Amino acid sequence: MRDVAVIGVGETEFGELWDRSFRDLGIEAGLKAIQDAKLRSEDIDAVYIGNMSAGKFIDQEHVSALVADYAGLADMHLPTVRVEGGGACGAIALLQGRLAIASGMHDIVVVGGAEKMTDVSEVQAAEILSSTADQEWETVFGATFAGLYAMMARRHMYEYGTTREQMAAVAVKNHKNGALNPEAQFQKEITLETVLQAPWVAEPLGLFDCAPLSDGAAAVVLCEMQKARKFTDTPIRIAGSGQASDFLALHDRRDLTMMDATVVAGKRAFQEARLEPKDVQVAEVHDNFTISEILAIEDLRFVEKGKGGPATADGLTALNGKISVNTSGGLKARGQPVGATGVAQAVEIVRQLRAQAGKRQVVGARRGLTHTLGGTGATAVVHIFERGD
Amino acid sequence: MAIPRFWREIQSRYNLIGTKCGSCGKVDFPPRAVCPTCGRRSVGKMQRMRLTGKGTVVTYTVVHDAPAQFEMQKPYVMAIVQMEEGVRLTSQLIDVSPEHVKIGMKVQATFRKLGQEGEAGVIHYGYKFRPTA
Amino acid sequence: MKAGIVSYGGYIPRYRIRPKDIGVVWGADGEAMGRGLNIRAKSVPGPDEDVITISVEAARACMAKVDIDPTEIGAIYVGSESHPYAVKPTATIVAEAIGSAPVLTAADFEFACKAGTAAIQTTMGLTLSKMMKYGLAVGSDTSQGAPGDALEYSASAGGAALLIGIDHAVADISHTVSYTTDTPDFWRREGQRYPSHGGRFTGEPAYFKHVVNCAQLLFKRAGTTAEDYDYAVFHQPNGKFPVRVAKQLGFKEPQIDAGLCVREIGNTYSGAIMVGLCAILDEAESGDRIFAVGYGSGAGSDAFDLTVTDEITKIRRDATPSIKEMIADQVFVDYATYAKYRGKILMREA
Repeated sequence: MRDVAVIGVGETEFGELWDRSFRDLGIEAGLKAIQDAKLRSEDIDAVYIGNMSAGKFIDQEHVSALVADYAGLADMHLPTVRVEGGGACGAIALLQGRLAIASGMHDIVVVGGAEKMTDVSEVQAAEILSSTADQEWETVFGATFAGLYAMMARRHMYEYGTTREQMAAVAVKNHKNGALNPEAQFQKEITLETVLQAPWVAEPLGLFDCAPLSDGAAAVVLCEMQKARKFTDTPIRIAGSGQASDFLALHDRRDLTMMDATVVAGKRAFQEARLEPKDVQVAEVHDNFTISEILAIEDLRFVEKGKGGPATADGLTALNGKISVNTSGGLKARGQPVGATGVAQAVEIVRQLRAQAGKRQVVGARRGLTHTLGGTGATAVVHIFERGD
Repeated sequence: MAIPRFWREIQSRYNLIGTKCGSCGKVDFPPRAVCPTCGRRSVGKMQRMRLTGKGTVVTYTVVHDAPAQFEMQKPYVMAIVQMEEGVRLTSQLIDVSPEHVKIGMKVQATFRKLGQEGEAGVIHYGYKFRPTA
Repeated sequence: MKAGIVSYGGYIPRYRIRPKDIGVVWGADGEAMGRGLNIRAKSVPGPDEDVITISVEAARACMAKVDIDPTEIGAIYVGSESHPYAVKPTATIVAEAIGSAPVLTAADFEFACKAGTAAIQTTMGLTLSKMMKYGLAVGSDTSQGAPGDALEYSASAGGAALLIGIDHAVADISHTVSYTTDTPDFWRREGQRYPSHGGRFTGEPAYFKHVVNCAQLLFKRAGTTAEDYDYAVFHQPNGKFPVRVAKQLGFKEPQIDAGLCVREIGNTYSGAIMVGLCAILDEAESGDRIFAVGYGSGAGSDAFDLTVTDEITKIRRDATPSIKEMIADQVFVDYATYAKYRGKILMREA
């Protein structure tokens, strides 16, 4: 397998971007990444797009060709691929892009992720998000996406004594990081009281335990390692990747307080990278709900099982803590345009490893990790990045 | 939801029809063609069976932000129920106020309206659970 | 050879509203209204309940008491005036939900409040003629009174299912007789949301005339008088009419008390006499005789002479909650909640 590096990154601002269309967002992120990599469009061999549900959000399928078309690449007749895997689609697209280069088929691939979520009502958007759960045996009976995560939270509280305050600490921390990220949807710190006093969404999760609905896109340029050095002095190497799946419905899983898919994807990525969790200084994990980050840092073995709550409350995952988690603000504060998530996480890690993260820079960050979930954990993807210099 | 999509699952939604693996004896719900434990060995050996409808609450939530279909019932309780046969499923808990729901609570299946395709469309029925009397 | 009730089961939703809480919305003295009707509360279906769910619950409660293979049921008839579908039978859903489908006949009946008793008579005929071993007769309603109308204080929800057959009957039906005329005392036109009624015309020329005449016919046919019965149950549109008619026919209060559920749950229409009958069967002993007269507007009465058999001790009467227990399991709601649950609030289409 050939080594693959990230040589360019780009993203749009995340948020309720009323005047921007899906096309506008996809193109902006893509062009920024291409510009960052100092590429010419002729250099590109293929385009991979992570997108969860353009068909439902904007009534448009076939978005892979669409994005290439509007990016001015139509005449190059590139192979374009749209990847779907619930919220993990962006991270899977990244993995597919990496494989295309590693296999020798391509040398340079643009991987994008985009979602336009505010062209439908909030109730519709919530229902679309729920469609990554089991539509026949979960949502038909009234389960909501937040409700399913709430049931994991309830069980985690029951088994490990995790508290609402500890979950709220995830939101407080990620908003604090988001306040340092000019691209974030929420650049405002919040207090523990704000989280605890917010109206319920699905008990024990309140409004501030949930990531927002967002529009946005992100893109990275992947390049074969040898060639990468022609474009940049700081290629960020993808040291390991792992993807895993599990039962689609939450109720069928082995353990409701952990995600086996995360555990397995993490093991695979660390194994390939020949690294341990302690070797990573910065991680972007899938905090679509506060409980998700607690599960993620446990399942990725950054902390002991059951200790994710106290670890967060004690600041172990704060910026420049034992491990800096979600320095971008995470899905919670940076925003959650679903298809963009996996790619946006990679953008943040690349920035951190290049030491370009500004006020939220993790000191001495050499290795970083992204963790992305599809559904309630039926898919998990982990990528490990390291400085290639 | 398309009419045939709901209709073809009526047996399981009305009567909790699942499958029992003829190889390891594990019960699945809804019916599976392949046993997750035995894999290929179970093909052709999955026998249909009806669950008793008795179970225990493993975890639950009170849904406040509800999908349009459930707007009239909010806040309502959703739970993962472990059935007597060992298999788990997700269902609404009814006839109980949210503050009285507990992990470990005994529940039994009942028959309720799940939703409808608007005022003029078909009505969907199926299981919900209530505390065991 | 006699047909009889082989098993029985009832279902009453747990929500209740008091007449006082209805009256306060319409500027009426609801408490006085309740006293006048002899109704303390009426049952209200939950937002996920309708005639189909009530019928299924009742049918399942009926089947839970006996070890009878549901595929032996040859006919299911559901009597109601509030079937959720105008076209598409409730009975087919009940058949699937109790495991009787597909080799059986099924249909929905409508005869105001006596569609359930019409189903009893039909299944009696089918089993007596040996066309089938068992028939299931269901009567249930989620009746609606127009907002502010006198009916709103009584129209409630509930239902019962009776398994009719020849062998092992817990109560033999020795005689049945009907009395039918064209009397427009209460009706609902196609497409209308709420029923209409003739006010006081629903009394003497309608309820009383039919119930009394039908009861007299039954006395004559059975060669009995009121004293020969341990229990009597009548259609109960309110708590007043059945008490008055019982007295007129010579019954005493203790005979009608067990089956007079209307006082606590209101008028369950097609379910009313059947729920009352179930409440009696919950406590009756072998040898007890029951006199039952239903009434349906439009108008007609069906009367039954029943004798409880020794089989009553052999079925699992405690397999499901008794009618008394279901009546006691109550959650009171205010008018706003009631209006929401009953679809009286104009909503945006989901």
